[in-house]
Amino acid sequence: MDNISAPVLKMRNISKEFYGNKVLNDINLTLKKGEIMGLVGENGAGKSTLMNILFGMDVIQQTGGYKGQMFVDGKEVHYTSSFDAINDGIGMVHQEFSLLPEFNVAENILLNREPESYSFVSEVFGDRLNTIDRKTMKLISDAAIGKLGVSLDATTLVGTMPVGHKQFTEIARELSKEAIKILVLDEPTAVLTEQEATILLKAIKNLANQGIAIIFISHRLQEVVDVCDTVVVMRDGKIVQKEDAKDLTISQIAHWMVGREVDDEVTHRTFDYEKQPVVLSVENLWVDMPGETVRDVSFEVHQGEIFGIGGLAGQGKLGIPNGAMGLYPAGGQVIFENNQLKLNEPRNFLDAAMAFVSEDRRGVGLLLDESLEWNISFAAMQINEKYLKPYLNGLIKWRNEKEIQAVSNQYIEALQIKCTSSKQKAKELSGGNQQKVCCAKAFALEPRLLFVSEPTRGIDIGAKSLVLQTLRDYNKNSGTTIVMISSELEELRSICDRIAIVTDGKIAGILPASRPSHEFGLLMVSATEASNE
Amino acid sequence: MNKINQFITSFGWPRIIIALFLLSLFIIAPFVGVNVATSLSDTIVRFGMNGILVLAMVPMIHSGCGLNFGLPLGIIAGLLGGTLAIEFNFIGPVSFVMAIIFATPFALLLGYGYGKLLNKVKGSEMMIATYVGFSSVAFMCIMWLLLPYSHPTMVWGYAGTGLRTTISTEGFYLHVLTKFLQFRIGEHFMFPTGMILFFAFLAFLIWAFLHTKQGTAMTAVGSNAVFAQASGINIDKIRVQSVMMSTWLGAIGILVYQQSFGFIQLYMGPFYMALPAVSAILIG
Repeated sequence: MDNISAPVLKMRNISKEFYGNKVLNDINLTLKKGEIMGLVGENGAGKSTLMNILFGMDVIQQTGGYKGQMFVDGKEVHYTSSFDAINDGIGMVHQEFSLLPEFNVAENILLNREPESYSFVSEVFGDRLNTIDRKTMKLISDAAIGKLGVSLDATTLVGTMPVGHKQFTEIARELSKEAIKILVLDEPTAVLTEQEATILLKAIKNLANQGIAIIFISHRLQEVVDVCDTVVVMRDGKIVQKEDAKDLTISQIAHWMVGREVDDEVTHRTFDYEKQPVVLSVENLWVDMPGETVRDVSFEVHQGEIFGIGGLAGQGKLGIPNGAMGLYPAGGQVIFENNQLKLNEPRNFLDAAMAFVSEDRRGVGLLLDESLEWNISFAAMQINEKYLKPYLNGLIKWRNEKEIQAVSNQYIEALQIKCTSSKQKAKELSGGNQQKVCCAKAFALEPRLLFVSEPTRGIDIGAKSLVLQTLRDYNKNSGTTIVMISSELEELRSICDRIAIVTDGKIAGILPASRPSHEFGLLMVSATEASNE
Repeated sequence: MNKINQFITSFGWPRIIIALFLLSLFIIAPFVGVNVATSLSDTIVRFGMNGILVLAMVPMIHSGCGLNFGLPLGIIAGLLGGTLAIEFNFIGPVSFVMAIIFATPFALLLGYGYGKLLNKVKGSEMMIATYVGFSSVAFMCIMWLLLPYSHPTMVWGYAGTGLRTTISTEGFYLHVLTKFLQFRIGEHFMFPTGMILFFAFLAFLIWAFLHTKQGTAMTAVGSNAVFAQASGINIDKIRVQSVMMSTWLGAIGILVYQQSFGFIQLYMGPFYMALPAVSAILIG
């Protein structure tokens, strides 16, 4: 067998389910020595799960393992822990840094793998008292940094370095492991400046020339086209396209990423929003939400409209509702029904008869340890003084358990929330049902405008359509204006009248939902590229 | 067998071990000459004495401020109330009522400051609370000497200034609650009805509070602060309220403790008072 062209990594029929929710379906991949493979796809397409399987992460084991076969260097492997994967020469650089800021570069690179010198003390007390051989340590780190082809002083403290250098340190750490064969880079350029990114991309090519196979995950499509040999596009847990990067264009990839086979079957709403008065106008809004910074956003929403906000992760779409609600520091103007809203005060937002269904179900949306009754009734009780029995002229406001139970059961029935009773704890429900509880909470407030953020994140397809239908019905029956934020473009297109695409904290464009999806896809990526230049 | 297993998992091993230990103590007691009736009676008295101090943990736990290691702060408010009542020469049951009245503003004021402080150190409340408790005790060690108390039962005999380390509550509010509707069974068993009733009354107040709109908000803040904030609740305000309630309960708690115990313990007295109450909460 010819060893050089034999694949270092081969994945056959890999499938993975999370609690009956299929996230990976029949994935087949081959990666050759020295190949750079670009892995692209929308959020939730299954990229991270696939990489977690490759790296033997615990979460895969804890959720029932995976199906299919994996071969590294022609030998079948089935990793149950990341240590096995590391031993087989697989390295991974995560999006978030895992570095110790108070340690220097060399110490970080060789953490827990420090070269040791032997002294007489260790003779008596064992290996644990070996001293660290700093000279060798610097040599090894310098070699790893040299392999990367960048200039980095191994004795600088990591905490004092720019992000780009931190990223290099992370990669150098993987390279310093001698047997490294496959390197996975998860959005390595996301935090880098353009200049740093260029250096990194050059370094990646350099590594590939030394025979290391690289899987490169990025949302910046231009980089993918520039640096990769092959591009693999994932969507909905499947590989939809596998092409040589040579003749690809960004718009082609964007099209594959967002496009659906059933594109034409999507029915769009026919609601004449232009005839309705403007209820919400947002002007020059900025929000300081970590990872979702909003820089300068203005838009108007009409009465009864369903307005969509889309865009890639980290571009700021989530910051808009969170900032308007007051959960993160914000500035600018939010005018609702001709009244200017005082920002940074959730109470004002709610008192103005608006409501917000948060994208962070478990963190913001629910009282996990309390009953469904509490979850559904709490906000309405506190804001609208509902479900209370006043005593002593309203001095004492006693909880009216009967009313609370009644309203909970009403919503449980209306939204088909699957639970044992209204007394069940919120944490015991499945994701989709939790989401419905969040909606019920917002509906109980009887808002005139509803912000819904990522309503279908992390729930399976059946529950998705139920939640979307719930929102549609609510809009239709009570005429509530809805602003929906979602990463899934097709979902927005199926429910909204208009969709704004947010890129780099700004609105890249607002289009009617009936426009073809690749136009939205272009708005998502083209502006990103523009801002990088 | 299955039922026993189920019971064990729901009740928990630690509690079973502690219960068995307690039971074995009662069984051994007669053999070493301790009267069982007396020890049962003492157990109930101790329960009444410490009950409210334990109750003082509840509001802060509900609002997510952690265990109230700063209980000494409330106790100091109670001590101030008690000593002031004696200083102004109130005697008998009136002195107990006056002690509560004097203690209340101190408790609310100290609780407010303490609450504000805890809002600034979210996430490490328990550690800071411990510091607050200890340092306030140290500070009051100075103050007990310097404050211009002059009632002869309380000040040092030879100097005429500065409070003694222990002050008897006899003639003031000794046993005002314990003796109320007290009954005896046999020679050795005594039931402190009034004290238990007073505890039950305060426990009822807290229970009732937690069923109101405000109380619901407090529980929600403790359960998930971000959820509460997203529901328009002012988290910091609710937390300060809970700390004030806890501190006030601490003040009342120590007064009840003293009326049964018979002495006001100043200086280092409150130092470790938080620990039994905290352990009671942890076991319960």
